Amino acid sequence: MTDREERRFAEVSRDSVKLMAESAGVELGDDVAALLAEDVCYRLREAAQSSSQFMRHAKRRKLTVEDFNRALRWSNVEAICGYGAQDALPFRSVKEGELFFVEDRDINLVELALATNIPKGCAETMVRVNVSYLDGKGNLEPQGTVPSAVQTLSDDLLKYYQQITRAILGEDPHLMKVALLDLQSNSKIAALLPYFVYVISGVKSVSHDLEQLNRLLHMVKSLVQNPYLYLGSYVRSLVSSVMYCILEPLAASINPLNDHWTLRDYAALLLSHIFWTHGDLVSGLYHQILLSLQKVLSDPVRPLCSHYGAVVGLHALGWKAVERVLFPHLPAYWANLQAVLDDYSVSNGQVKADGHKVYGAILVAVERLLKMKALSLSQPAEGGAGGQPGSVGGGLGYRVSSPGLSPPPEPLSEAALGIASHLQAGGAGCPWEEWTPVPLPDMYKELYSFFGDSLAVRFSTGPGFGCYPPCTPSLPNEARKEPPGPASNPETTRKMPQLTANLNISPRQDGSPRTDPPPPSLAATGRSLARSSSSSSSSSMQRSRSSSSRSGQRSAGLSRDVFPKSRFTSPQTGPPVFSFLIGGRQMGRRCQGRRPFQTTFLPTPPLSAVPPRAYAHKLPVIGRVGKPVRRWACSHYSLYLPL
Amino acid sequence: MAAVQGGLVDAVEEKEIKSEPPNDGSGNSNANDGRLLSPSPSSSASAGSNKSAAGAPEDQQTLLAVLQFLRKNKLTESVEILRREAGLPEDSPDSKGSESSGAGSGAAAGSADSEGGDVSSLLSRVTGSLSSAAPQAPVKASGEDQPDVNVVLSAYSQQGDPALYGVYYSGLKRFIESVLDCHRAELSQVFYPLFVHMYLELVYNNHENEAKVFFEKFSGDQECYYEDDLRVLSGLTKKEHMRANETLLDFRTSKFVLRISRDSYQLLKRHLQERQNNQIWNIIQEHLYIDIFDGMPRSKSQIDAMSGSLAGEAKREANKAKVYYGLLKEPEIELPLDDEDEEAENEEGKPKKKKPKKDSMGSKSKKQDPNAPSQTRIPLPELKDSDKLDKIMYMKEATKKIRLGPDNLPSICFYSFLNAYQGLTAVDFTDDSSLIAGGFADSTVRVWSLTPKKLRKVKSAADLNLIDKESDDVLERIMDEKTASESKILYGHSGPVYGISFSPDRNYLLSSSEDGTIRLWSLLTFTCLVGYKGHNYPVWDTHFSPHGYYFVSGGHDRVARLWATDHYQPLRIFSGHLADVTCTRFHPNSNYVATGSSDRTIRLWDVLTGNCVRIFTGHKGPIHALAFSPNGKFLASGATDGRVLLWDIGHGIMIGELKGHTDTIYSLKFSRDGEILASGSMDNTVRLWDATKAFDDLETDDFTAATGHIHLQDNSQELLLGSYMTKSTPVIHLHFSRRNLLLAAGAYNP
Repeated sequence: MTDREERRFAEVSRDSVKLMAESAGVELGDDVAALLAEDVCYRLREAAQSSSQFMRHAKRRKLTVEDFNRALRWSNVEAICGYGAQDALPFRSVKEGELFFVEDRDINLVELALATNIPKGCAETMVRVNVSYLDGKGNLEPQGTVPSAVQTLSDDLLKYYQQITRAILGEDPHLMKVALLDLQSNSKIAALLPYFVYVISGVKSVSHDLEQLNRLLHMVKSLVQNPYLYLGSYVRSLVSSVMYCILEPLAASINPLNDHWTLRDYAALLLSHIFWTHGDLVSGLYHQILLSLQKVLSDPVRPLCSHYGAVVGLHALGWKAVERVLFPHLPAYWANLQAVLDDYSVSNGQVKADGHKVYGAILVAVERLLKMKALSLSQPAEGGAGGQPGSVGGGLGYRVSSPGLSPPPEPLSEAALGIASHLQAGGAGCPWEEWTPVPLPDMYKELYSFFGDSLAVRFSTGPGFGCYPPCTPSLPNEARKEPPGPASNPETTRKMPQLTANLNISPRQDGSPRTDPPPPSLAATGRSLARSSSSSSSSSMQRSRSSSSRSGQRSAGLSRDVFPKSRFTSPQTGPPVFSFLIGGRQMGRRCQGRRPFQTTFLPTPPLSAVPPRAYAHKLPVIGRVGKPVRRWACSHYSLYLPL
Repeated sequence: MAAVQGGLVDAVEEKEIKSEPPNDGSGNSNANDGRLLSPSPSSSASAGSNKSAAGAPEDQQTLLAVLQFLRKNKLTESVEILRREAGLPEDSPDSKGSESSGAGSGAAAGSADSEGGDVSSLLSRVTGSLSSAAPQAPVKASGEDQPDVNVVLSAYSQQGDPALYGVYYSGLKRFIESVLDCHRAELSQVFYPLFVHMYLELVYNNHENEAKVFFEKFSGDQECYYEDDLRVLSGLTKKEHMRANETLLDFRTSKFVLRISRDSYQLLKRHLQERQNNQIWNIIQEHLYIDIFDGMPRSKSQIDAMSGSLAGEAKREANKAKVYYGLLKEPEIELPLDDEDEEAENEEGKPKKKKPKKDSMGSKSKKQDPNAPSQTRIPLPELKDSDKLDKIMYMKEATKKIRLGPDNLPSICFYSFLNAYQGLTAVDFTDDSSLIAGGFADSTVRVWSLTPKKLRKVKSAADLNLIDKESDDVLERIMDEKTASESKILYGHSGPVYGISFSPDRNYLLSSSEDGTIRLWSLLTFTCLVGYKGHNYPVWDTHFSPHGYYFVSGGHDRVARLWATDHYQPLRIFSGHLADVTCTRFHPNSNYVATGSSDRTIRLWDVLTGNCVRIFTGHKGPIHALAFSPNGKFLASGATDGRVLLWDIGHGIMIGELKGHTDTIYSLKFSRDGEILASGSMDNTVRLWDATKAFDDLETDDFTAATGHIHLQDNSQELLLGSYMTKSTPVIHLHFSRRNLLLAAGAYNP
């Protein structure tokens, strides 16, 4: 039995005790510290032991802070305040100092007390009865499912739900816009959240219908942006629906005329948005996402459109994700892609076109990877634009957050390199432990061997990212913005005509310091958004939830929000522009003599052209009696049972 | 209940409750003495006189320790009384007291003296006491008196070479492994208590490193069901920590009880004497109680079935007392209404003739059940008119009762608590299934009506004056229609509500809480009537007597208390459990109370005398559910180990083990006629068990009854009639309606 197995409880080290003593202004000798440490460990275990009793009697499986505090109180120890929140505590570390600490933010009590975005419409505690088993056998509903009436809805809510879903999935684009807008600003729909999440989980049943998928994704976006909703564990469900749209070989993609690529792009943006704003609600979410993306990417049986989804997904999650997952996979993947691209048979035409899509997506991803990596090396100090501590750190990020809590809890204050922190997370249960970053020159060399000259890395073109968001928000985007024609770009003109793919995102002029350049902001949701809900961007300005003073604070990069929900702001001006252009000719070392080609996306047909939705009929109907079974029919709704 | 609150109370006090309620929770040292120490004090007092020579000094030692404690706490009066009763000379305690003032060193020296004495004399003491069959209560079990911790622990101060502990232990291990198979299982029982005590001795004598080595070397050999205790133990490496650790104090103050056949015991004794292994022998003498029986050694499975509690098995003597488990005779109800009901019964009961017949046999037979206590053994409240009406209702319903059996399983209705984000901690149904109450972690108690009849409060006093008291529907008129609602919330506690119980007449509700109080609520006014204080620590459970008026509660202070609704202090304190009392239940005849505890034992207490009449061991985890069979003969218990154990109360033995659940069992209930046992668990299932078969297959021959050796067949799968998944909802309460419909309840928390 190893020492590690034997130790089944937390231990406080001597050094920790000394450190604590120091911070309290006491010098401790080694022996005293050792004694104290041991005693602390023992007391800790004792308290944990007795707190488990409170858990058992509360008939729970999860030990809560409250249980622990009760145990403390009954052993005449002062309770520890401030840890009662449901949210996970961000556990941070300073890598260099091997110092780990729980982030202790200042909370503006006035703001907290006067906060108006308290969720309303939470349903009351109630008892509902249903007949589970008749005569011990006739199980009326499948075993192990969730109660049918998790929330009991008032008539108003029910009506609202029906109207909203009908509007969003219906045929009137204007109605849809209004509905989406309301969904994203209504403060009283907490009780409906499970239903909406359920509706959204219907993506799997409409994979043949791009338009419906699109609308459902917009619904996700509206829910995510609603500051009054606490998504909690529903984040997982939403993420899985979005991931479905990114990764699955949708039925709609069988027809090459269907522009499922845009859908995937949009879903990828949405994914990164959910992750950045709500990732802290589900521990380990980031790694789960990365793992599933990696799985798809490394599965050669999957169609190319799935691979494309994985690549854009990684791209959307930031350059670190690309470095972590895509880059190591590239050599293996390249061979497959190469085979597809080198096949000139007519029957392969469609697959080949798909292959080029993937190629383009990979190129864009690695390009930004190189760019950001170079930037992170060259300007580490300025990276901490928001005044982050540890700006003296090396080129690879400053903070390592614990693995379970990868996503930073407040992307608002996240520095340009903040995303690095997730990827450096290592520790128990983390499959990324063995990963070591590849130095930039090697990376460039390797990538060059794949892409050749197409690898258009525009180093140091802009005035620098260092003073990015808060100071000159528009600069980086300016720097990255590329005119459609290659000729106008000084870098690209040097090179051969080539395949370039460029995600072009309009500058956000609001000065929102929300995030670094890597994850493309959902604020610029791109063409798909502009297409299907062109007014949503302008209307998002009118959202009432964020007071101007608050957003002003935000842009200063100083305030941290108390409510995780109201964290995300992306008011924007001007219509977002999103263009995806793949053109030119391949002149890479490995793909010489490829025919020039150009792909442009057809504008998707207007909404009215879309046939009436069949999906609307598949909606779960709330309030319908499951199965009228003899006299128990109304048992769901009344407590009365003729006993 | 109102009737009781009249003149009957005095009678109650005078006739039956001989000992007055204790003054206070804290000042218990004196007043409680007589009652607290279950059966042991009286017997030990009598046994004390004819004790062998070796026993006397130790006895005196304890008395001295108690005296010292009392003196330290300035309880001079008590010191005097105790000295007078114990017959101690005035001066001797003084001198001894001063002698032993140094951290109990005197006591230690004393015990060391006695241990230093001849081993054979010690042996004769043990065997002698056993053969005389007089329950020589372990003297140090007076731990309930909160003796000076130093004195309790000082027994560990005997010094041996710390390095040799491992050698001794492994020597014994080798010996036991080498004996014949039939003895090995029995002797292996010695390992665990020996291991614990040796470890504690090492820790107590500051041999921290040796203790750690010892623990690592041998902890893996212990039975897996001691894992939890070993975890506590492994954290304990300092003498200072031992003082405050209650688990260990219990382990120390109560002797670990082993049952070993005479042959095996002789083997062990001979071995230890040959090897001159005094270290181990001393521990066995000092801390173990070996219950020797004649006959075949028990098998490993037999031993495993009974072991697992914090203090070993129950002594055979502990389960010998006569228990009147029969039911009380149902009062005959002679009301004009009765005839109508009789007719109605006959009309509706004709197709099923059996039931009315059974009823008349059960409740109307004049014969007194020989196993039943006398009707007036404990005073019970008189029936009110409304109670009689309810009885009639009950009988009417009973005729429509579905007869359950393996081929006719009950329908199950699940009451889901929705949106119970604050945490549902307890549930109870009224007997007629008309109300449900939930206790919540946010200190509230909520009551819902399960019938279309809404919950209404009684009108205010001013309004009550206005109504016509002569009218027939006065009971209807006193209710305030404006307050009608489906549910009511009761505020008053300041901590999670861990236990709730409706009174049989549905007029009251009890709730016990983490704040240390039990509250009695009126369901007519929906206000708190009384707050019963006494536990001073979290009260884990409470239960109303089936006849009303009395209730029992148990909590973190390791005692169960019997209360009457009109007394603000407890009538009885049941003390003896070594850890928290986690659940409490009244016997159907209200004469007994069963308590389950985290020390993994179940005890049955006599309400009349306050004595512990049964100790059931066999669970491997804290017990969280208890249920009496409707005929009062059997008890079912469920624990965190996911097993249900069945007990025969009359014989005091285990009669069945039901395996199947994978998580803590929080609820058990027998069907109205006792044919089916339902169990509900954290694993989101309700399971139904064939109770008839489990009890019928029983062959309780005289030998089993006499020795308490049980042969359990592993027939859980045959007895399991069904396993029913809930909708991701843990089952925390079960109830059979009067027509045998199974109601289950739990909170859905996504």
